[in-house]
Amino acid sequence: MTLEADIAALEADLTSQIDAASDERSLEDIRVAALGKKGVVSEKMKTLGRMSPEERQVAGPALNGLKTRIADAIGARKTVLEEAALNERLEAERVDVTLPVSTGPRGRLHPLTKTFDEIAEIFAAMGFEVREGPDIEDDFHNFTALNFPPEHPAREMHDTFFFPPKEDGEKMVLRTHTSPVQVRTMMNEKPPIRIIAPGRTFRCDSDQTHTPMFHQVEGLVIDRETHMGHLKGTLEAFCREFFGVKTLETRFRPHFFPFTEPSAEMDVKYERDGAVVKIGQGEAWMEILGCGMVHPNVLKACGLDPDEYQGFAFGMGVDRLAMLKYGIPDLRQFFAADQRWIEHYGFAPTEV
Amino acid sequence: MKFTLSWLKDHLDTDATLDQIVETMIKVGLEVEGVTDPAEALAPITVGCVKHAEQHPDADRLRVCRVDTKDGEQQIVCGAPNAREGIKVAYAPVGAYIAGLDTTLTKAKIRGVESLGMMCSSRELELGDDHDGIMELPSDAEVGTPLAEVVGPLDPVIDFEVTPNRPDTNGVRAIARDLAAAGLGTLRPLEVPEVDAAFEQPITVETDAPEACPAFGALVIRRVKNGPSPDWLQDRLRAVGLRPINMLVDVTNYLSYDAARPLHVYDLAKINGAIRARTGRTGESFEALNDKEYAVDETMCVIADDSRVLGLGGIMGGVSSGCDEGTTDVLIESAYFDPLTIAKTGRKLSLTSDARYRFERGIDPASIEDGLKRAAALILEHCGGGASSITVTGTPPVEEKTVDYPATEVLRLTGMDVSETRQEEILTALGFGVTRGGTWQVDVPTWRPDVEGKADIAEEVARIHGLDHLPTELLPNLSDAPRRNPSVAEIRSHAAREVLAAQGLLEAVTWAFTDEEGAAHFADQPDELKLLNPISSDLSVMRPGPLPNLLLAASRNHARGAESVRLFEVGGAYTNVTPKGQRSVATGVLSGTLPRNWQGTEEAPGVFDAKAMALSVLEAIGAPTAKLMTFAEAPRGYHPGRSGELRLGPKTTLARFGELHPSVAKAFDLPSPVAIFEVELDAVPQPKKAGATKPALDASELMPVRRDFAFLYPKDKPALDLLRAVEGADKKLIDEVRLFDVYEGKGVPEDQRSLAIEVVLQPREKTLEDKDIETVSEKIVAAAGKQGGTLRS
Repeated sequence: MTLEADIAALEADLTSQIDAASDERSLEDIRVAALGKKGVVSEKMKTLGRMSPEERQVAGPALNGLKTRIADAIGARKTVLEEAALNERLEAERVDVTLPVSTGPRGRLHPLTKTFDEIAEIFAAMGFEVREGPDIEDDFHNFTALNFPPEHPAREMHDTFFFPPKEDGEKMVLRTHTSPVQVRTMMNEKPPIRIIAPGRTFRCDSDQTHTPMFHQVEGLVIDRETHMGHLKGTLEAFCREFFGVKTLETRFRPHFFPFTEPSAEMDVKYERDGAVVKIGQGEAWMEILGCGMVHPNVLKACGLDPDEYQGFAFGMGVDRLAMLKYGIPDLRQFFAADQRWIEHYGFAPTEV
Repeated sequence: MKFTLSWLKDHLDTDATLDQIVETMIKVGLEVEGVTDPAEALAPITVGCVKHAEQHPDADRLRVCRVDTKDGEQQIVCGAPNAREGIKVAYAPVGAYIAGLDTTLTKAKIRGVESLGMMCSSRELELGDDHDGIMELPSDAEVGTPLAEVVGPLDPVIDFEVTPNRPDTNGVRAIARDLAAAGLGTLRPLEVPEVDAAFEQPITVETDAPEACPAFGALVIRRVKNGPSPDWLQDRLRAVGLRPINMLVDVTNYLSYDAARPLHVYDLAKINGAIRARTGRTGESFEALNDKEYAVDETMCVIADDSRVLGLGGIMGGVSSGCDEGTTDVLIESAYFDPLTIAKTGRKLSLTSDARYRFERGIDPASIEDGLKRAAALILEHCGGGASSITVTGTPPVEEKTVDYPATEVLRLTGMDVSETRQEEILTALGFGVTRGGTWQVDVPTWRPDVEGKADIAEEVARIHGLDHLPTELLPNLSDAPRRNPSVAEIRSHAAREVLAAQGLLEAVTWAFTDEEGAAHFADQPDELKLLNPISSDLSVMRPGPLPNLLLAASRNHARGAESVRLFEVGGAYTNVTPKGQRSVATGVLSGTLPRNWQGTEEAPGVFDAKAMALSVLEAIGAPTAKLMTFAEAPRGYHPGRSGELRLGPKTTLARFGELHPSVAKAFDLPSPVAIFEVELDAVPQPKKAGATKPALDASELMPVRRDFAFLYPKDKPALDLLRAVEGADKKLIDEVRLFDVYEGKGVPEDQRSLAIEVVLQPREKTLEDKDIETVSEKIVAAAGKQGGTLRS
């Protein structure tokens, strides 16, 4: 047999073995049997030493060629086998990705929290800062300083919760509005003052549309030139922003509040579409808030000269604003802590 | 306060429509609450004629009528006894709304007989009280004529809210004055008749309580013939919701509504001697006109004769001296009572009346004589008799009030530029006296006790001129850039809310008050925090924190079928009535397990979940959590062995956490365990003012080394002591100490547990060699040993 034929036969044999190798282990066995120290190809290579230079000239490249081709064939086969093994493993690792997963319980913020935040943001853009005060107030801050003289019938407009009389006979009260915060601010800070006072307020009243506890945001601006035109501009800007409408028709109606003079209530145009209230369209008027110019007696009680300083104040019910904006039907549910209600009407902490 | 359109037109000469009047009232600040226009309600009702009436085949009391109507002949089943052939009736077709029944008519079958529409009684149409039968209309009324045309002019009723600053609007005349000023017509002059005195007022009247009753005017009319008032007067009283009684009484009510001038009438035959306004005496009492007995005392002003209390001055008269059909001689009282005394007395006795309402808000003190004259003239006209002269005892507090008013005030306060001429016109129309000048002198009418200063005058001008003229201006930017500058308290409550919601909790807002029993599980609320007038007994005391209300809510949620309750609230906790007695607390309640899950079901939340939540809040609000100490002291209401407090130093409690005491859980009807936590947001020290710059990152290039240790440690000793000791063993090298296993049981002595700790060593200068690690390990074992921990072999 010629060397040529010999190499061809060997190559055919090895190639068929390589192609038949079904895993990396048997392929490795083939590699050792062929290219290992005592492998058939290596043994053949050893015979080169015993050959004449002429013979070697022919046999050398032929054998080296064989060696390279076999090594390549093994390499190629290895890649194929590795891929197959990986594919097999991946197939084995397959799971049913349709299985449901738990993302943990969904937390929710109360709609009032969201509403308070929105109100604070809108007023912050107009230069208002937030001030807070205690829920339990004395008569001075809740009434007297706000121009409710003792025994005045205006006090009866507020169904006040009282605490037992102290030694001097004075009864502390649950604040009936957040106006005491206005008093505290005027007494502690120097104008210009531009604040809003959000918080819990209390009146001794409970029915379909009244709860003994509710929430207010009041606003106060004190400087030397602010007048009712600014009040109107500010409140209209607020309502447009809060209700997300481009235009809003408002009506200011003269009204009475002891702590403002002149006083007014602001109405906005609205329309009812089934259960949904649409602010900013329609022909009916809805009262939204009370407001006015701070009464000279209030300024005096807080140590400000009413001939030098002036400004406006306003107050609105936050619960009602939340109901209007988010279409929440029942006020009393705000305070029932029914998880189904909070999950439905509440907001995710990531919602802006 | 209600009034009718025709009544208004007694005082206001106007062609304005009802709608214009209502609109103008709203515009000037008289808040209209309702308008009832009977003509509107009657619109569908027309005249019908009964052509034939026969007995209903199946009902004794019903008749089947054939009625000629504008809709042709209709069959109507009717139960009225007077439904008979030939009469003209008030026919309401199918679809009409019947106010007196609050029903809209539908096609009906009554005992099997079809009935189309209805023949109405006057009560059903709210035209009167008669419901004995259907209305019988004049026989010349033509079929199809609207009923409104047949029953005569109908008077719309307007109801509006009287604000405390406008006592004058308790009288129709003040409304007319406002409307006239707003350009809706002309105020008719008030004609106060002169009453010829036939004799001297014969009764001695004294006011022994000049503060409570500074003035008492009286006039006597003899030989009256009392009886029902004329129809127009009865109609008006009924329209505003009053019950006509007899002429003498009705006149007082009429003037109370017409001019806000309360009056009272006494039957002279029932009076013994002089009439006196004096303070009451304990032990005295009287039967008021509402048929109730009232005991009076020294704080009240009574009207008495020589033998007894006749009534409460300015609030309500008594039965004993009241006028009835038999009264022949009458004394009319027109007095002024002190608003405060009236308000206090009324409140003390829970006695309300139209008179009290007017006196406590302040009536026109100059109206005493006019009131007497107008009343006397009406009585003389309708009851005959002769009148006495008028006596006024005491002096009414008529103040000559003049306000310095710069005409620029309305511009300063409202931004509306109202011309001086227009201002004067408005003020004059409202009854103010105006003397123009640099600063105007404005005389305030006696019926406007609310007007005291220039702001009040500016308001009068502004409201009549119309707030629809307000300019729209934005506030100028403040010198500082407008930006949100939240307070520490705001930031903290915000952060607490967000971190808890992010961990799956639901934010609740519950009452600031709770029931005493629920509160007492956690604190003894002092008496000063108990409401005098709670809305209900279970909301009677300020809460020691949100916890009791959240537990009640948890219980309600479970009762509704919730498997897992996870509620929190950030809100007030109250320890006393001072501003410092209110704290802001973030409180959470977790109970029950989340729904089962194929990946593994979570255990019911317990003490360590509560601790983790509390710490997450503290972390979020910037508390120095690394410095906190955990005290195994159970707060009240908590499980004694499964709760504790996180404190900064031994005294400052920043948080309480743990499981609810099982017996408290039972009291709230909750299954144990309930994990609870309360974080005191205000107790965390105020952050130091610092810039926005953060300190440089100290990250070593060198690899950290981790070593594990297992210590046997007494069960009854706090694990934290051991961990802190290990941390302190080599402060330079030890970066972190982590407890990764706690084991009790087989292989560990009974009074011990095994604590497995991973210590992270962070070299800073050079890579650690074995001997360095050896040294630290020895230090760690020694430090643990001092705490009673022995290395587990």
